[in-house]
Amino acid sequence: MDVVNVKTPESVLIIGSGPIVIGQAAEFDYAGTQACKAMTEEGVRSILVNSNPATIMTDEGVADAVYIEPLTVPVLRRIIKKERPEGLLPTLGGQVGLNLAVDLHEAGVLDEFNVRLLGTPLDGIRKAEDRELFRTAMRDIGEPTPPSAVVNSLAEAREALEEIGLPVAIRPAYTLGGTGGGFVRTMEEFERVVQTGLDASPITQVLVERSLLGWKEVEYEVMRDGADTCITICNMENLDPMGVHTGDSIVVAPSQTLSDKDYQMLRSASLNIIRSLGIEGGCNVQLALAPRQDVVAWPPESMREGGGVGVPHDEPLPYYVIEVNPRVSRSSALASKATGYPIARVAAKIAAGKRLDEIANQVTGRTQAAFEPALDYCVVKIPRWPFDKFEAGDRVLGTQMKATGEVMAIDRTFEAALQKAIRSLEFGGRTVLWEDSEAEAEPIKAAETPTDIRLWHLLGAVRADISLDEIAQRSGVDPWFLERLETIVKMERRLLAEPLTPDLMRRAKRLGFADEQIANLAGSVDERIREQRLAWGIKPVYKMVDTCAAEFDAVTPYFYSTYEVENEAEPEQGKRALVVGSGPIRIGQGIEFDYASVKAAQALRSAGWGAVMANSNPETVSTDFDTSDRLYFEPLDEEAVRDILENEDGGLNGNGGNGEVASILQFGGQTAINLAGPLTSAARPILGSSADVIDLAEDRKRFERFLADLGIPQPPGTAVSSVDEAVLAADAIGYPVLVRPSYVLGGRAMEIVQGVGDLARYVTQAQAAAPGKPILIDKYLAGIEVEVDAICGGVDDDAVLIPGIMEHIERAGVHSGDSMAVYPAPNLREGEIETLIEYTRQIGIGLGVAGLMNIQYVIMRELEERDGDVFVLEVNPRASRTVPFLSKVTGVPMVEVAVRAMLGEKLSDQGYPSGLWPSTPLVAIKAPVFSMSKLSGVDTHLGPEMKSTGEVMGVDTDYDKALNKALIAAGMAVPAKGRALLSIADQDKPRAMTLIRELGEAGYELHATVGTASLIRGLGYEVHEAPKREVGGDPDVIDLIRSGQIDMVINTPEQISSNIRDGFHIRRAAAEQRIPCFTSIDTAHHAVGAMLEGGADYHIAPLPDYTAGRV
Amino acid sequence: MSEHIEAALVLADGAVFRGTALGAASDTWGEVVFNTSMTGYQEMLTDPSYAGQILVLTYPLIGNYGIDPPIDESRQIQVRGLVVRSECDSPSHPRGGMRLHDYLASAGIPGIAGVDTRAITRRIRHEGVMMGMIVPVDEIQSAQQHLSDLPAYDTQDFIDVGVSEPYSWRDGGPQALVNGAGETGPHIVVLDEGLKYNILRNLRRRGCRVTAMPPSAGVEDILSVNPQGVLLSPGPGDPQLRELQVQTATSLIGKLPIMGICMGHQVLGRSFGADTFKLKFGHRGGNHPVLEVPTGRIAITAQNHGYAVDPDGLQADVEVTHINLHDQTVEGLAHRTEPVFSIQYHAEASPGPLDNGHLFDRFLDLIESVSGAQGD
Repeated sequence: MDVVNVKTPESVLIIGSGPIVIGQAAEFDYAGTQACKAMTEEGVRSILVNSNPATIMTDEGVADAVYIEPLTVPVLRRIIKKERPEGLLPTLGGQVGLNLAVDLHEAGVLDEFNVRLLGTPLDGIRKAEDRELFRTAMRDIGEPTPPSAVVNSLAEAREALEEIGLPVAIRPAYTLGGTGGGFVRTMEEFERVVQTGLDASPITQVLVERSLLGWKEVEYEVMRDGADTCITICNMENLDPMGVHTGDSIVVAPSQTLSDKDYQMLRSASLNIIRSLGIEGGCNVQLALAPRQDVVAWPPESMREGGGVGVPHDEPLPYYVIEVNPRVSRSSALASKATGYPIARVAAKIAAGKRLDEIANQVTGRTQAAFEPALDYCVVKIPRWPFDKFEAGDRVLGTQMKATGEVMAIDRTFEAALQKAIRSLEFGGRTVLWEDSEAEAEPIKAAETPTDIRLWHLLGAVRADISLDEIAQRSGVDPWFLERLETIVKMERRLLAEPLTPDLMRRAKRLGFADEQIANLAGSVDERIREQRLAWGIKPVYKMVDTCAAEFDAVTPYFYSTYEVENEAEPEQGKRALVVGSGPIRIGQGIEFDYASVKAAQALRSAGWGAVMANSNPETVSTDFDTSDRLYFEPLDEEAVRDILENEDGGLNGNGGNGEVASILQFGGQTAINLAGPLTSAARPILGSSADVIDLAEDRKRFERFLADLGIPQPPGTAVSSVDEAVLAADAIGYPVLVRPSYVLGGRAMEIVQGVGDLARYVTQAQAAAPGKPILIDKYLAGIEVEVDAICGGVDDDAVLIPGIMEHIERAGVHSGDSMAVYPAPNLREGEIETLIEYTRQIGIGLGVAGLMNIQYVIMRELEERDGDVFVLEVNPRASRTVPFLSKVTGVPMVEVAVRAMLGEKLSDQGYPSGLWPSTPLVAIKAPVFSMSKLSGVDTHLGPEMKSTGEVMGVDTDYDKALNKALIAAGMAVPAKGRALLSIADQDKPRAMTLIRELGEAGYELHATVGTASLIRGLGYEVHEAPKREVGGDPDVIDLIRSGQIDMVINTPEQISSNIRDGFHIRRAAAEQRIPCFTSIDTAHHAVGAMLEGGADYHIAPLPDYTAGRV
Repeated sequence: MSEHIEAALVLADGAVFRGTALGAASDTWGEVVFNTSMTGYQEMLTDPSYAGQILVLTYPLIGNYGIDPPIDESRQIQVRGLVVRSECDSPSHPRGGMRLHDYLASAGIPGIAGVDTRAITRRIRHEGVMMGMIVPVDEIQSAQQHLSDLPAYDTQDFIDVGVSEPYSWRDGGPQALVNGAGETGPHIVVLDEGLKYNILRNLRRRGCRVTAMPPSAGVEDILSVNPQGVLLSPGPGDPQLRELQVQTATSLIGKLPIMGICMGHQVLGRSFGADTFKLKFGHRGGNHPVLEVPTGRIAITAQNHGYAVDPDGLQADVEVTHINLHDQTVEGLAHRTEPVFSIQYHAEASPGPLDNGHLFDRFLDLIESVSGAQGD
């Protein structure tokens, strides 16, 4: 059939989702990359815009034109004007992409340039996004939404309640954060809360809505094509009932407690909805289904007839439509990985005019995309929350998502999938067996509240022998899930009580018990259990994710482990290596490492090797089955990785080869690097830097000796284990000092300490948290921080290539992940650069690094006219978070060069010299992006602890333009005019004077707290003094920010503990108000400078134009 | 919980899968088939088209929402045996209180749990459907010998799976035949060769008067109750053995609007001159895409059949209206001039997607247009 589809556009603009923030993570890199590939396959020219450099989608060769530019209407207008795309694909860049499409339409840009909106029509977007339009649309097609009413008096509320019925949620209109509202179950509560709500609302109005708290939450992923064929890809059920954001819920696919009647009823509703919205592409429908009435009472007491527990058999269970996302989403990424059905790719092809039956099912290679996947396994997703980093954060889960990432696990039972998912979380050694000591007294009470650790509280309640019925009632969790937890607990008890037999071991493994757990329970050690297990012939088999439950032969090598009979992942012949991915996205280990893992797999393949990928994160490109020759969706712990390697070995042996499959660990962040030791102990080969190299770089003592031998200086420091020792050491080194515990890496719990008081407090706290562990004290050098990524040639190659040197805008002391980094380094002198190159070369060769290495230096200039001294702060013998940024701006494909080096190809043979790669004629600035508005209770000030969740890049021909763009992209743009609030710590006041003068001269309206105000006055500028909250002013400084009277905040934290609180509230208020808040004078100074120095006059161009100097 | 009894599924090609006994403690034999639906085990168990078969469910967690007797699709469990990866011994649902194991046991139907159902499915997909037995582990050897002696599925006459006496369908279930005089709505005769009740529920919901007749009912029996249309129902077994029904259908064409579903479709196909053939491993699931040829639209369908109509022999006045997109087999036929059509898949769903109920509307529209024409 040669059907020419008239609808297929010639060119399409794809909007990415920008930086990683909570609620919008790597899933949109996956979606966008798929969309670009789909466009290429359809012969459509793709133009991609994204501000996030750490993405595969912005890589060379993915789209036809790549713009790494801020995602704003003016920027997009310029791109559209230049590229004149025929269509705009708004549904693959998350909420950011969707909102921009609407904004572009409203600004008249789409009409002006004749750009056709593809996929979801504007009307459909509006219906899905606007609450009232949505309710009307649902009413029109007969789909129920929770009954509600807007009322202005208690009498009206009473009247409305007769229709709605208890329980209800009360939401006052126009109050921040829902103050004055709440959830009410009784008439007395109702009257009281409605009255408070009316009082709290400035317009005396509240929304009374039927509460579905405790109802089952179910999602459907739906697709529709231009011929009106509608299918569902997957349904999912949340373990956490309604009330917890689905991104923060533990999710299982497919649904487990829905009968066919329930399943089909909700499926039909979802299809009705996608039809009514006219979506061509994918959409996500969230529904609430009535739970068991012994778990949550429904319908409301007032409406129940006879009070019976059962529902009449001819009546379907009640349900409500909660929400629709008229685009691909986090859930659709999860559904894609859970089923093998590439939702984003198919959605993009539909938007380009294809029908579902014209799109091939890549998995089977012989069927079409027009079918519904059948799963023959169970998938569990658990969110990954940042509360290991933010201990002060509010851990209670609700409607605001708090997780930064997620893990997924697949197995043939829920128990096993859940246990594998928990292993995948990599949450500070928290296994299934972890118990919350604070919840021990009243385990059932803890399980009532949804938090990041409720799963463990539920397990705790089961272990405490509280009846499952009671746990179900108090938590709202369906008894089915609790029964599964009980199965796990019963097995724990057997393992504690019985001798380990082959039968018991096999049963435990089939329930997903890790060797480590079995060892703990059976009083053994992991390695012993593994040996015993293998001796008994108990090892996992690998089954394929094939979209069709084995009904057809599938060609896609996407596997999960399980303890069953038949292994489908037979070893393949030929050279190949395992790339260990980076697991869930968390603060400190973001999408950059997925980028590197993907590039590593591609490099292996281009070098003629087979690439085997292991990862546990469903949001990523690395877990796209297209990325590697074989994908294992598994936890990234020693047991799982060794099992994978042993499964892969057979082919080589069968081939007469003598080698075993090697692992590549340097691209998967700390997750993969941490496996170097265990894999080496297990005599598994590693490609690239050895475990010993890693140990040498990470072991403080060894590393000190190593640097001393090379004659390369480090800031003076030592390890101490008491307050007395600490004080002595700090006196010797001189304040300020940088203190951190020795047992964690990556800036965790690190502080800069100015005096003996804070030092004593820190050491006392750290000792209490981890008794006996040493604490490291280093001289804090407030110099220029410089970051170098290098590629070392490895065994027989002493070449060390430095693709680029980056200079941080903030002086040392701000975590490198939270710093703004500039390439090429603007302020370094030739002599300093030479020293950096030489040190880097010596360290690379001396350590014996093969592949990538990242070094952080600080340069101290004693005299401004002389070259500074270069100190080494840290060496990481692995890919760093700057690899994608630097690869893009230098044009050096760093991961590929590194992989080829590891495989033995000399750098010179690859065409790369030793030394510093010539700078490209651009300025690129990487800026961090935070998710602070979503994490209440977390302080936003920059320090040695990393807090950012993502990054953006500003690239242009000069510094000010690049910086201004980076700030715009990061949502930190300094307004050209406006009201700035300053509250500067005493130690920063001298450095703040230039900044104040600049702001004053530029005509900003200045507001300041007492001390800062007098400084400003002293400099001769007018200033409004804002009373601090602790002084009790009305309005105080916080009120000022919250009422929208401030456009930008500059607040640096006092080092003295007593003043921390007011600054904290100022910063929180700014975060919640979503206005720029600078907590480093350096950042603020440069940001204001960029604004004033013509940064607003920036260019817009595809990335290759900047690197080639064509702008 | 009592200690599990070990059992095994033994296949005709010699493969043995060990697991634990489920349901009734007895041996069973039958043609081993798999279904890929993720929900609807109770509807499948009671679907008469599974008579003579051991059903393997590819979804591994079965019994989660229990058993709710009112949703049975026929008067009893129809499968000869059930094979699952895991059986849930503690179901949870607002309606389904009964445990799957007890449901099977009380009906005397054995099963097996704990086996690698994916390995079994792959074997059947590669080798085709084959006979199998569920036996205690100590009978594995004898079962392997016994298997070759069992009668092939294709030779078995499942005519007794249908009803032997006519009955009426009222809201809620089958009832003794009533004279429907005074009732409004079109009167449909359903030839029950092993139908699922949901076909009758669908007709009833659309206001029909429903009389079900045994498969042996002849043209005179049918015409004697003055129906406005005839529905030829699904049922188990090889359509080649349904010569009587083929003749009945042939005689009815031109007399009354006819709708055929599944076996009823195959019977109509044969009466249209086509042959039927056995599929290697059948179509059983709730996700099969079917192209509606005249509109180009695709329907997601519930399927359960091991045979298909070979379009080659179809007479010229019959067109293929529906095609399975997986393997291009015939999924629907329509007579070009007579009000007769058929579908291979299950418009009544249960289990499966509810997307195809409009086919009953189409049938009623046909009836109305014919009646309307007659009325003029």
